[in-house]
Amino acid sequence: MTAALTGLGYQRWALDAILLLPLLGAVLVLLSPPAAAKRLALYVTLAEFVVSLGLWWTFQPTAAMQFQVVRQWIPEWGIGYRLGVDGISLFLLLLTTLTMPLAVLGSWSYITRHERPYYALLLVLTTGMLGVFVALDLFVFYVFWEIMLIPMYFIIGVWGGPSRLYAAIKFFVYTFLGSLLMLVAILTIYFAVARATGESSFAYDHLWRNIGYVRPWAFWLFAAFALAFAIKVPMFPFHTWLPDAHVEAPTAGSVILAGILLKMGTYGFLRFAVPLFPEIAMDPVVTGVVVGLSLIGIIYGALVSLVQPDFKKLVAYSSVSHLGFVMLGIWALTLQSVQGAIVIMINHGISTGALFFLAGMMYERRHTRDIAEFGGLAKVMPAFAAVLTVVSLSSIGLPGTNGFVGEFLVLIGAFRTHPWAAGVAATGVIFAAWYLLWAIQRLLFQKVDKPENAKLPDLSPRELAVLAPLLACIVWIGIYPAPILRRIEPSARALVTQVREAAGAPPVADVAMQPGAR
Amino acid sequence: MNQIPSAVAWTWLIVALPLAGFVVNGAFSFFAPNAKRAISAVGVGVLVAAFAVAVVVVRAVGAAPPEEPWILTYWSWMPAGSLQLDFALQVDQLSAVMLMVVTGVSAMIHIYSVGYMGEDPGYARYFAYLNLFVFFMLVLVLGANFPVMFVGWEGVGLCSYLLIGFWYEDKVNADAGKKAFIMNRIGDFGFLVAMFLIFQTTGSLDFREVFAAAPAIFEVGGATITLITLALFLGCTGKSAQIPLYTWLPDAMAGPTPVSALIHAATMVTAGVYLVARANVLFAMAPISSAVVAGVGALTALYAATIALKQWDIKKIIAYSTVSQLGYMFLGVGVGAYASGIFHLATHAFFKALMFLAAGSVIQTLHHAYHATGRHEDAQDLRNMGGLQRYLPWTAALMWVGGLANIGVPPLAGFFSKDDILARTFARGHEAPLFYLFWALGAVGALLTAFYMTRLMAYAFHGPNRTGEREREHLHEAPWVMTGPLVVLALGAVAAGAINLPAVLPGHEWLARWLEPVTFMGGLYLVEGQLGAATEWTLLALAAGIAAIGMIGAWQLLKPAVLKPAREAPAETGIQRVLLRKYYVDEIYDTLLVRPLAWLSDRVLWKTIDAFIIDGVAVNGVARVARLVGWVGSRLQTGQVGTYVVIFVLGTIVLLRALLRS
Repeated sequence: MTAALTGLGYQRWALDAILLLPLLGAVLVLLSPPAAAKRLALYVTLAEFVVSLGLWWTFQPTAAMQFQVVRQWIPEWGIGYRLGVDGISLFLLLLTTLTMPLAVLGSWSYITRHERPYYALLLVLTTGMLGVFVALDLFVFYVFWEIMLIPMYFIIGVWGGPSRLYAAIKFFVYTFLGSLLMLVAILTIYFAVARATGESSFAYDHLWRNIGYVRPWAFWLFAAFALAFAIKVPMFPFHTWLPDAHVEAPTAGSVILAGILLKMGTYGFLRFAVPLFPEIAMDPVVTGVVVGLSLIGIIYGALVSLVQPDFKKLVAYSSVSHLGFVMLGIWALTLQSVQGAIVIMINHGISTGALFFLAGMMYERRHTRDIAEFGGLAKVMPAFAAVLTVVSLSSIGLPGTNGFVGEFLVLIGAFRTHPWAAGVAATGVIFAAWYLLWAIQRLLFQKVDKPENAKLPDLSPRELAVLAPLLACIVWIGIYPAPILRRIEPSARALVTQVREAAGAPPVADVAMQPGAR
Repeated sequence: MNQIPSAVAWTWLIVALPLAGFVVNGAFSFFAPNAKRAISAVGVGVLVAAFAVAVVVVRAVGAAPPEEPWILTYWSWMPAGSLQLDFALQVDQLSAVMLMVVTGVSAMIHIYSVGYMGEDPGYARYFAYLNLFVFFMLVLVLGANFPVMFVGWEGVGLCSYLLIGFWYEDKVNADAGKKAFIMNRIGDFGFLVAMFLIFQTTGSLDFREVFAAAPAIFEVGGATITLITLALFLGCTGKSAQIPLYTWLPDAMAGPTPVSALIHAATMVTAGVYLVARANVLFAMAPISSAVVAGVGALTALYAATIALKQWDIKKIIAYSTVSQLGYMFLGVGVGAYASGIFHLATHAFFKALMFLAAGSVIQTLHHAYHATGRHEDAQDLRNMGGLQRYLPWTAALMWVGGLANIGVPPLAGFFSKDDILARTFARGHEAPLFYLFWALGAVGALLTAFYMTRLMAYAFHGPNRTGEREREHLHEAPWVMTGPLVVLALGAVAAGAINLPAVLPGHEWLARWLEPVTFMGGLYLVEGQLGAATEWTLLALAAGIAAIGMIGAWQLLKPAVLKPAREAPAETGIQRVLLRKYYVDEIYDTLLVRPLAWLSDRVLWKTIDAFIIDGVAVNGVARVARLVGWVGSRLQTGQVGTYVVIFVLGTIVLLRALLRS
């Protein structure tokens, strides 16, 4: 496979193709007859997935940036179209391209009006999200960051639930506020580095090498990045846009929001905030705050999930808990914890994505998300019940499913540097079992006490097609995550090494320190 | 390390067969739920086959006893730098014993289930879950490192959850399943923390490496090893239903009775005992933890026995008896008698599975009888039984065998295994008097065991029948597919003691010597307490005496003749009520933990902090301020040129003054 792809020059055109294909698709969808829109969108996203799969075989397990694309864009300002993939972004790309065809299929009967703009926006969103993960130029990164914001705003605001406008505006203003601060920070770094080195460039490499010139303002610059990303994660107490956005968004919107958009925050920390400002990130006070907020997120998110009457909101708050594990893993900064954090990012996309699909399928049948309105579905919809149970177990982190691999790696890695925090975080496994099993019980078990539920149809073949790939990933990553871990490891190791060296943090196992590097 | 015999390479098949059974029966449950013959054939067939393969593997262990475990590595599971976790199984003398117990008893219980569950619409789902359980249980006992064991550990918990809530339409059953899972998770938290500590200190999670490295890394009695073993033991209290995490097990009786026999008596709940025996070197290096294990075990043994005295539900009595007997096993492994703990685990698997299955036969016939006459009475209440030996003679006789073994009547299996534990506890008394106390707790527990077991048997099978006039004609013996397995288990309950007869009898502790390669590491840190032959004979006699006193006492004190059926029975009062309500521990947990947490989450975290403070005051507050500023701005833009001029002039003056000052 690898040889065949290399023969086609896959490494040279892969990223261009992956970013362009959805945009072309969006144009086609807009020009197509309305009835063909979803079919066309499905084909495009499937083609996108197939094209992106080549990355799996051609990716070399090294820390180097691969599939690089470098083109001049606005040379006067040093803006270049610079793209690349490493072990941190590889699986976020694949997660995105896997999610999109499922999102289209999941919208099949849910979206009944303005289909063409809807599917076109989904496709534009695809390019925006993928761009964020591959951009190696801070200006280009910012552009993609904003590109993805706007389609999501419309998806929530136009095709959402009753309070869609409040939710959409809250989502937009919140994210935009963060991203404006980030833009100021990017420009500050750019000008400071340009003045000091005489070379104007937004290239990530260039800025990273010369980041020492912004040292006097480093704290504020870090704070601007951190705020933008913390909102996106979302970290407590910046999380309240999330439940609103999730509840109001159409199914596919929730899936993408949880599955991919939330990862932009943690990805941003991994790619920019932490490596650019290692001394600040590893500062004891900053570490204390971030780790503390992560723990609050883990426990608080779980406890608030417990008491949600609305199933979608329950899943939304559970995201706060899961992403808390990711943040803890990043800040613990050991090889296992960072690998685990990346694995949880993937897992959360799969499991929470599946939970939102299932919530949507319930909603389409009963037009309510109120847990109390259901009960006894295991009898009426056995396949649905089986899938919901498996997905919940994955979200609970049952060993043998993907959820365990990520949480275990984060916790065992975090324990090396922050034993108390890891210990507290591990209690999250108890609460997760509590809120999800209780929800499952009220949805699936007990008697069918509402006549409306007695005749609900079980999963259709289309719905099964949406869920089957996610179920396959749950089992596969649970049992044999080694190929994924091996591809992540070099980049994670490089990150941990660099940041620890630059911050003068004590070395940890697995990371060979070379004195005087950088 | 000696060469792995070729037969041992078949170990994967023992694990894979039940998994395949799960997949096939799972498919049946969706596509052909009524193909009962095929479902039975698959469900039972894979277990019998797994047992056969297990025999082959265990024979290989016997033929060439390994000094170190044979490790079979299948694939790399979680490679992450210095953490290189493989999916690997290991075969040694300890896993061999567990293999025989798990596959053997499971096979019997699967056969019994064909009869017991035959009319259930969820037949395929039942066998799918049961097969899946055996798969996870085998992963648990065969895993070659802590995380693979943890897969089995949590997996059996999952199956327990699914099977307790098997009849999920009743809220009670669904609640019980959920409670079991969550309480187990509290224990699993301890297991996780223990793994983190072990990896942190030894750099590995493989049993072989950790146990080999432990003597050099840990200081005997040091804080780290004590913490590790206490955390592991927290996991054990959850899985094996010990104080304080035992309350889920009696509720777990909501599941079908064969499930109670298999999961909640013979196999899963003994996983904690297995874990301590497996990690014997770690526990032996932590005397405080070992004492805690022994103390909690002894306390649980007595405490659960007191509750069993007053229960009316036949399954609840056996459930509390299980909790109590598990306490004895922990007492054994806690005092360093690892082989004795495993010995009691093995004999208990036979007699307790026998008790549960026999109880199942009783319950089923009562249930059918009440169903036939349309009365709604509790088919599990002892007060509705009585004199059943006339209707179920085989079951009565077989259950007596189980009961006597459980009481510890010589020469049945339970006598030797329980005495073994108590004698070894006694033997350590010369080190610290605390062990005499543990021994006394165990001895009193044994007395109560004899009492409650006799009470159960007397009320269920003897005296007048209280089931009801019309129901009586519907009472009948269970079919052979159910009674047959009881006969096999009864043979085990009678004879299993032979595998580890004490030194004073001509048995020379065969099991202890068989397990020697596994337990000798822990033994290095223990002072072997030697009992003289006279003391040993005295203790044996004492054990037999205790059993006799308890039984005779119960027979004398209890009057089955005056017992009234459950519906007419007066309410309990005083201490009887406290015992019947299980010391109100469930209510205490609920009031002190569950409700406050739910209230905190709802009122404080969600409605106050999230909705009111963060969202209401902060987020929407910012929005309101922004709107206010916008409103002020819009007021300023009145469109009247005069106002603009005034403001412009004023502004210019302010600016100029500011500039001139500086």
